[in-house]
Amino acid sequence: MTLGDIGVAAPPDPTGGPDLVQLLTPEGERVHHPDYPLEISAEEVRDLYRDLVLVRRVDVEATALQRQGELGIWASLLGQEAAQVGSGRALRSQDMAFPSYREHGVAWCRGVDPVQLLGLYRGTDLGGWDPKERNFNIYSIVIGSQTLHATGYAMGIQRDGEEAAVIAYFGDGASSQGDVNEAFVWASVFNTPLVFFCQNNQWAISEPIEKQSRIPLYQRALGFGFPGVRVDGNDVLACLAVTRAALEAARTGQGPTFIEAYTYRMGAHTTSDDPTRYRLASELEMWRLRDPIERVKAYLSRSGEADAAFFEAIDREADELAARVRQGCLDLPDPEPLTIFDEVYVEPTSHLERQRTRFAAYLDSFGEADH
Amino acid sequence: MPTYTLAKALNEGLRRAMEDDPKVLIMGEDVGKLGGVFRVTDGLQKDFGEDRVIDTPLAESGIVGTAIGLAMRGYRPVCEIQFDGFVYPAFDQIVSQLAKVHYRSKGRVRLPVTIRIPFGGGIGAVEHHSESPEAYFVHTAGLKVVACSNAVDAYHMIRQAIASDDPVIFFEPKRRYWEKAEVDLAMAPDPLDQARVLRPGRDVTIAAYGPMVKVALDAATAAEEDGHQLEVIDLRTLSPLDTGTLLESVRRTGRLVVVHEAPTTLGLGAEIAAHVTEEAFYSLQAPVLRVTGFDTPYPSSRLEEDFLPDLDRVLDAVDRSLAF
Repeated sequence: MTLGDIGVAAPPDPTGGPDLVQLLTPEGERVHHPDYPLEISAEEVRDLYRDLVLVRRVDVEATALQRQGELGIWASLLGQEAAQVGSGRALRSQDMAFPSYREHGVAWCRGVDPVQLLGLYRGTDLGGWDPKERNFNIYSIVIGSQTLHATGYAMGIQRDGEEAAVIAYFGDGASSQGDVNEAFVWASVFNTPLVFFCQNNQWAISEPIEKQSRIPLYQRALGFGFPGVRVDGNDVLACLAVTRAALEAARTGQGPTFIEAYTYRMGAHTTSDDPTRYRLASELEMWRLRDPIERVKAYLSRSGEADAAFFEAIDREADELAARVRQGCLDLPDPEPLTIFDEVYVEPTSHLERQRTRFAAYLDSFGEADH
Repeated sequence: MPTYTLAKALNEGLRRAMEDDPKVLIMGEDVGKLGGVFRVTDGLQKDFGEDRVIDTPLAESGIVGTAIGLAMRGYRPVCEIQFDGFVYPAFDQIVSQLAKVHYRSKGRVRLPVTIRIPFGGGIGAVEHHSESPEAYFVHTAGLKVVACSNAVDAYHMIRQAIASDDPVIFFEPKRRYWEKAEVDLAMAPDPLDQARVLRPGRDVTIAAYGPMVKVALDAATAAEEDGHQLEVIDLRTLSPLDTGTLLESVRRTGRLVVVHEAPTTLGLGAEIAAHVTEEAFYSLQAPVLRVTGFDTPYPSSRLEEDFLPDLDRVLDAVDRSLAF
C-alpha cells in the first residue's frame, strides 16, 4: 500500500453490511441465523417489548425533567433500547455489568430503580445504587475506564472459580481509548470471562465513526485474539441471542467476545448537545425506519401474538412509570452540606474531620434560622 | 532479629501479607520469575503461583484499572509500578477511579489497592527513572500516600498499607533499597498515619521522608559538631500528614526546614509551611524553609548530585533559619 492509497474511511453502511447478525428485520419479519438460533416464546417477546417501551418512556421523561430544570443534564438512550435490553436480558443474576453512563436500559434489566439513575444527573449523588446488590456497577463517565474494571473483575471470577461472566458496556468513541485497548489485551492474554459490548451508535458527540476507525469495529477483535461479532443493535432478539452466546462462552472458559451492536443515537449526545450542527436530518430519518421498538410491535401484531389492548396496557404502564419516576426525581432530597466530607476514606482522617468541624462551625455562625 | 536490606524487608512484608490473607495479589511488570527489576517480589511467584503473583502486560493503566476490578470482586491487589516516571499512564485510573470510587459509591465499594512506586533519584538512571511524583497523589482526595525510609518501616508499613481498606500509594526510596537494618518482625509498629521523631533536638526541626531521611539524619550529626541540635522527623505518611507531630516539634524548636527531592513549587514543603504558619505562627522564630529539587525536569544523571538536596544544602538552610 502506498501513501496515496490511505484515504479517509468511507461512511458506514447503514444496513451494517453482510456480517450483521439479525433475527428480526426492521419490518418486523422474523429471520434465522445459523450461528444464533433463538427459541423464544411469544410471552418472552412481549416481555421484551414491554422493557423497550418502558425504558424509552423513562428516557423521554428524564429528558423532559432536564428541560424543566429538574436535572442538570441527561444522556438519552433513544434508539439504543434494543441493544441494551437485548444484552441486559441475556445476563444471569451472577453476571456482573459495568456500564458507562447511558446504560439506563441495562440498569432496568438489572432491577435498578430508574429514580436511582437520576441522582447523578440531578446532582444529589454520584452513584445512587449498590453495585453488589444488582451486580450493576455505578456509572462511569471517564470514557472507557470501566472496561479495565470489568476485566479485573473477570480475573477475580476466574480466581474464585465461579461460573459467571462480566459484560463491559462502552461506545464507538471509547474504542479509541487506551484503556479499552488495554482491556482487550488483558482479556485476551488472561482469557477472562468477559463480553465487550460496544454500542456503535455512529456518533461520539459530533464525531462520526469514521473518525474513530477505518475498519468495522468488530473486525478489530481478531487482532486482539478473540472473536468479534456485529449484531443489529436495533434488533432486540439478535442482541439477546448474540450476547447470550458470548456470555455462555465466557462462563465456560472460552474467553472474551467483542460484540459490536450496530445502532444509532437518535437523540443528542446529552441534553447539552445540538446534533443539528453536525449531522443531517435525513440520516436520522433513515434510522427511524430501523426503530428498535416498531419492529417488535410489527412482529407481535402481524403474528397475532399481541392485540391493541396489550399495546394500550403497556403504554398505560409506561405513563404510570414515568409519573412515578418524575415524582421520585422531585422527591430526591438535597444532600446536607456536611455530607461533602462523608466517605472520602474508609478510615476517616483527623485532617478531614478538622475541615468538617470548621465548616460546621462556619455554617453555624449564620444561626439556626439561616440553615 | 534478621538483618534485611530495605528491598528484602519489603519482600518479607509482602510474603507475610500474602500468607496472612489469600486475597492479597501482586501484579505488575516483571514481578514474577524475575522478581521485579529491584527484586522486591523475588521468589513470591514460585511460592504463591501465577494466579497470585501476576506478570501483567506492559501497560500501567491496565495494571491499576484491573486491580480496581479485582478489588471490586473482593481481592486486595498490590500493584508494582516499575519506576516513578511510568506511573503517569495510570494517572486517570488512580486519580479519577481508585481515589474516588469509595466516595462516588457512598462508601458501598471499597478499593483496598496498594500501589508500590520506587521513587527518587541518586542511582544514575536514565530519564523518567528518578522522579518524585508524590505531590500529585497527595493533592488527590481519597488516596493515602506513604513513604518508607528504612528497612524496619518497609517491612511493617507495606503490611499496614495492604491491610488498609483505603487505596494506598506506597513510595519506596529506590536509592535506599540496598541499605540494611535489623528488622524486629514481632514488634508492634506505629500506626501508618503517624510521623516519627527519629532524633530529638531543640534548635531546628528537619522534616523529611523517603530517601531524604538519611540526608536529614546525616545533617543532624554534622550540625552537632557546630553545637546545633537538630530534631529529625520522618514524616512517613504524606497524606494525611501527621501535622500533630510536626506542630509539637515546631512549637519547641521554633524553626522548621522541610527536605524533599520533588520540586519546590506546591510540593509537600509548601503545604507543610502553610499549615505550620497557620497553626503555630507565634511559635515560629523563622520562616519555614524548603530544601528541595529545583522547579526543573529531573536533569541528566551527571547533574543529579547538583539537583538533589544533600547534607550541605540542608545545613545551609539550617544556618539561614538560625540567622533569623
